[in-house]
Amino acid sequence: MRKYYDHITRIAGNVVTVTASGIGYDELAILSGEKGSSLAQVIHLESDQVSLQVFSGTEGVSTGDRVRFLARPMQVPFSDQLLGRVFDGSGRPRDDRPQVEAEMINIGGPAVNPIRRRMPDQMVHTGIPMIDIFNSLVESQKLPIFSVAGEPYNELLARVGLQAKADVIILGGMGLRHDDYLKFRTAFEEGGVLGRSIMFVHTAADPVVEALIVPDLCLAVGEQFALQGKKVLVLLTDMTAFADALKEIAIIMEQIPSNRGYPGDLYTQMARRYEKAVDFDGAGSMTTLACVTMPGDDVTHPVPDNTGYITEGQFYLRNGRIEPFGSLSRLKQQVNGKTRDDHRAIMDSCIQLYAQCRESREKRDMGFEMSEWDDRLLKYGERFEKQIMDLSVNIPLFEALDRCWEILADCFEPAEIGIRRSIIEAHWPKELATEDAA
Amino acid sequence: MTGRIVAVYGNMVIAEAPGQVVKNSVGYCCRSDGARLLCEVIRIRGRLTDLQVFEETRGLKVGDPVEFQKALLSVTLGPGLLGQIFDGLQNPLPQLAEKVGFFLEPGQYLPGLPLDRKWQFTPTAEVGQSVRPGQQLGTVPEGIFAHQIMAPFGLRESWRLESLSPAGEYTVDQEIATIINDSGEKRSVTMQQDWPVKVPLSVARRRLMPTDPLVTQVRIIDTMFPIVRGGTYCIPGPFGAGKTVLQQLTSRYAEVDVVIIAACGERAGEVVETIREFPTLTDPRTGKPLMERTIIICNTSAMPVAAREASVYTAATLGEYYRQMGLNVLLLADSTSRWAQAMREISGRLEEIPGDEAFPAYLESRIAGFYERAGQLELHSGEIGSLTIGGTVSPAGGNFEEPVTQGTLKVVGAFHGLSRARSDARRYPAIDPLESWTKYKGIIEPEKVARLRQLLRRGNEVQQMMTVVGEEGTSIEDFTTALKADFFDSVYLQQNAFDKVDAATPADRQKFVFDRVLGVCETPFEFATKDNARRAMVEVSDLFRNWNFAAQDSDEYKRILGDIEGFMEKHSAAEAANV
Ligand SMILES: Nc1ncnc2c1ncn2[C@@H]1O[C@H](COP(=O)(O)OP(=O)(O)OP(=O)(O)O)[C@@H](O)[C@H]1O
Ligand SMILES: [Mg+2]
Repeated sequence: MRKYYDHITRIAGNVVTVTASGIGYDELAILSGEKGSSLAQVIHLESDQVSLQVFSGTEGVSTGDRVRFLARPMQVPFSDQLLGRVFDGSGRPRDDRPQVEAEMINIGGPAVNPIRRRMPDQMVHTGIPMIDIFNSLVESQKLPIFSVAGEPYNELLARVGLQAKADVIILGGMGLRHDDYLKFRTAFEEGGVLGRSIMFVHTAADPVVEALIVPDLCLAVGEQFALQGKKVLVLLTDMTAFADALKEIAIIMEQIPSNRGYPGDLYTQMARRYEKAVDFDGAGSMTTLACVTMPGDDVTHPVPDNTGYITEGQFYLRNGRIEPFGSLSRLKQQVNGKTRDDHRAIMDSCIQLYAQCRESREKRDMGFEMSEWDDRLLKYGERFEKQIMDLSVNIPLFEALDRCWEILADCFEPAEIGIRRSIIEAHWPKELATEDAA
Repeated sequence: MTGRIVAVYGNMVIAEAPGQVVKNSVGYCCRSDGARLLCEVIRIRGRLTDLQVFEETRGLKVGDPVEFQKALLSVTLGPGLLGQIFDGLQNPLPQLAEKVGFFLEPGQYLPGLPLDRKWQFTPTAEVGQSVRPGQQLGTVPEGIFAHQIMAPFGLRESWRLESLSPAGEYTVDQEIATIINDSGEKRSVTMQQDWPVKVPLSVARRRLMPTDPLVTQVRIIDTMFPIVRGGTYCIPGPFGAGKTVLQQLTSRYAEVDVVIIAACGERAGEVVETIREFPTLTDPRTGKPLMERTIIICNTSAMPVAAREASVYTAATLGEYYRQMGLNVLLLADSTSRWAQAMREISGRLEEIPGDEAFPAYLESRIAGFYERAGQLELHSGEIGSLTIGGTVSPAGGNFEEPVTQGTLKVVGAFHGLSRARSDARRYPAIDPLESWTKYKGIIEPEKVARLRQLLRRGNEVQQMMTVVGEEGTSIEDFTTALKADFFDSVYLQQNAFDKVDAATPADRQKFVFDRVLGVCETPFEFATKDNARRAMVEVSDLFRNWNFAAQDSDEYKRILGDIEGFMEKHSAAEAANV
């Protein structure tokens, strides 16, 4: 027998309160009425008052609507049939094909026991020197792209996604523009990965609550594939939209905001999602790349700031380039010691010199006399930007390292680059060295 | 006693209790599928008690039973703690993984100490003698230590030892002694005992003023901003500035007996690194695996928030316990901001009046109370034990003007502030040498350190001036000062964490290198041109940097030392010629 509750006592924001008993916290319900039906989730229990967050919003919900509880949390079907499919933020098909009939799995499940995690040690080659040399991406890493609106962050996300050689690619769109969704689709199609991709897409036109569900859907499905031994890549864009949805709900729930209106648990909420990235000991892995647009290009804004504290580094996308300063892959040392013996030395030295070059540029811009050293730094900076930093550069790691040595040798003496002698002896371009001696 | 749930909101449950309830006692919320979720009483209002649940509350219903217990939230103390990996409530994670697999299912708890393991007990007390709280009754070997088996720390009145087991093998829950008090009441004593985590454990003759330097082998710390055994320090810094790496280095190389790592609300991956690496690393001081002197308390960001709040107390209590044995313990908490945020979440749910940035009004006193648990004690046995606490702080936006950083700076003895500018420039460890401070004295004469600090300050001034007047507007003396400051910074203050040798510099080597660096900085070079100055300083920097990479007393080490001496001679000769 299906039991319906129809005593709705409060409707405010996206939250409906109904009188009911025997209901579990976090349980799912269906709210149905004249405007149709919507999923809703229990977010507060107090004696017989059950508050539900309504996925499709409460516009048009009436006190005469009915609620049916499902006695289970939010779930998503899981099987290989998901591959190639597109769903919305409630898990309904978005591609005019039938719902997938398969075993249902809970979303938002418990954390992985750290003991069952492996130390990540596989480098993900992207062909982008700013990533491969300076901030290597590592399987199972969680890494955001910090970007100002207008930068080609979705393109970068798609490009890394295609090069990463994952078994399953899951795209989670939050507040995604329809055009961008189509662009991802086209990129995946052209890259030949559509058949092993799954998309959960919430567009800016969809109800805000559904944006909150998208990451959980992606990560729950990804986790299952990873447990089957697959290498999963999850792409989330845009996590700022996710955070803004959290903020909206928190304000409706009258939570005391901690910082610029965001709830005090923003860190925890985001961390629970990002921490799903994992390399299972004895199964597969899940790598997460996310876009975080920075309102007003301000990294200290709560969303990028909390993200930076959670993720394993970040890529800054600015002026169409990955900025060397601030960009960081914290897992790089797990892999860059095993690629080539000069990898780390080049990584450190090139960036330190580039930093000095920027100082020289500042001096120059202020009209100061340039020393011979400044001139060499300027020359170095220009070449470094053109031949290494530019996003159009697409070369394998070793070639990129060789290219750095050439640039260094063109601009500096061996003792000036701060690299230890043994490595210089092995890698300093030979013809140039003899030329200098002559 | 059993109560009933009347409300559920996030990790907070309100229950109605039919009888007497103890604040901060534990209880279990019983889910209808049989799972029992641990919780703690955090507020009592009439018949209503507010409970924070240490698990996800998914599935709890109004009307579900709550079993109230009398005991406060406690940990179990005894042999077998070292080398373990616990969650914030002292559940051993490896054993949990064996039992439940990949995930941390709510409601699964295991004893903190191995119950089946036998320990070789040697009695050291005499039957009939009086027994103080924490009195040593015997020892068992645990790793490299003689683990002291101590009488219950909570004893009141006066007790005598009535019986003591002979030498032999016992498990932690077997009786090894009985004690009796003046009114004839008897108590059985085992090798394990419980202690409430939020109550400081400190049984001693007196508390000492901590002054023994704690050598971390990180040069900028030991030389410029030293810490001491029994002292406190904090490492605030923006994300990615190197707080965790610095703590990882310290956990490996610090000269202490026991290290407790409290991974509080941070990334699981970082703990995994420690868990996987420590068993393979040897402690150069003992030749034993590093893991044998380490306890890891791991409550990462995806694990339940309330347990995160408890985890730093769990860590502090375990640290205090080993301090009672006369050992030097170092507790590293990463990050105390996550702990403060957990308090904020709970306080928000309790609808308490918020302070700055919605943190509770009692934030500062909680922070102070936590660091106050550090200290050096002269124990009743005459031995000296210490607990040093170092906590990282993760300020929002990297801005130190926020409640947690400010609250911490008021109570700690040393401040290692990481700067974004330094970490962006890859000048690691990114401790800001101009902003940081310490109240403690280290391994190098303060007067010498002050001279080099002055140099750094001057160098910084010259740098700033140069951005206005340019190199050409700067005198060669000032220019050389800036170069020297940069030399000191780059060859001494900076240290490569990923180089086998450079990662850790023992005290003797620090003193030796420091004097050489001081020598260079205080040589009044008379450079003819700025380019000459730059070339010379580049040359000598390169020598020192390579020297840092050379193993102590290796041929390479000696050769470079010779080169450095050669450099100094050449330049003092040049100087002599100038005169
Ligand atoms: N001493 C060091 N030597 C070399 N690299 C370092 C050093 N310290 C930090 N790094 C680099 O910076 C990265 C970030 O450091 P770390 O994880 O310690 O930052 P954090 O301050 O703990 O950040 P968060 O607050 O986000 O946890 C490291 O992964 C490493 O690449
Ligand atoms: Mg950290």
